[in-house]
Amino acid sequence: MITIENVRQRAQADARTYGYYLNPDSEFLQDLLEGLKKNEERYGYPSCPCRVASGEFELDRDIICPCDYRDPDVAEYGTCYCALYMRKDLYEGKAPILPIPERRPAEKQTRAYAVTSQVASQAVTGEAPVMKTAGPAAVRKKLWYCRQCGYVVFREDPPYVCPICKAKREMFVELEITPVG
Amino acid sequence: MNRVKVAGKNNKHRVLIYAISTCAWCKMTKNFLRDNDVEYEYVDVDLANDEDHEKIREDIVNRGGEPSYPTVIIDSKTVITGFRKDKIKEALEL
Repeated sequence: MITIENVRQRAQADARTYGYYLNPDSEFLQDLLEGLKKNEERYGYPSCPCRVASGEFELDRDIICPCDYRDPDVAEYGTCYCALYMRKDLYEGKAPILPIPERRPAEKQTRAYAVTSQVASQAVTGEAPVMKTAGPAAVRKKLWYCRQCGYVVFREDPPYVCPICKAKREMFVELEITPVG
Repeated sequence: MNRVKVAGKNNKHRVLIYAISTCAWCKMTKNFLRDNDVEYEYVDVDLANDEDHEKIREDIVNRGGEPSYPTVIIDSKTVITGFRKDKIKEALEL
């Protein structure tokens, strides 16, 4: 069973790795950690406590904490969307911690929503459920290659920042594999 | 849709919050209104069924907002995305 301490330690370790800080407001931080715990219990993965998840792993993958949008959000605004992770100046109170705009593309939210409502309506009409196939079918994954360090990742979109060498998204190109023979 | 009403002495405006039960910003918004004794209603969108979720998204978008939470709707016309304390204070004349 996941505990609040597990969630806290995981976030602290990740913050250390990336040079970020966790929200200095202990009550606010506790709320976020409890939200992550709750989501892990109800969905099976710690999706962002401040976003509505679909419950379909492939459709929620970009909002599983740390979300895809954290690094560009911390770089631009000093904090991630839910304000779990932040830059040193905000942590130290040298700049205010304010809500930031949603970077997640609207079509990803809509797509996640459309699949859950489709599943729900089929459940009502008694048609065969497509729950397990609808998600992955709606997500087309590709291989992406970082031209700076050679890191390769298999996912829908390239990362905003290369997790290995910190190159920007523009440094990624799609890797096409030609079968031999 | 499970709309929860929180009573308060300051009830000259009609306040509705679309929130997420696990969201710390949403909780902060609710606490801010409670601390100012403002009467409000809220819906936790993540606990709503899909049909209600769609209605909420449509309601926010039709009012010119974004489906991002918390969304505070004051007197059915002013839409505030996120916990913007200054904007909420101004709209509620606090």
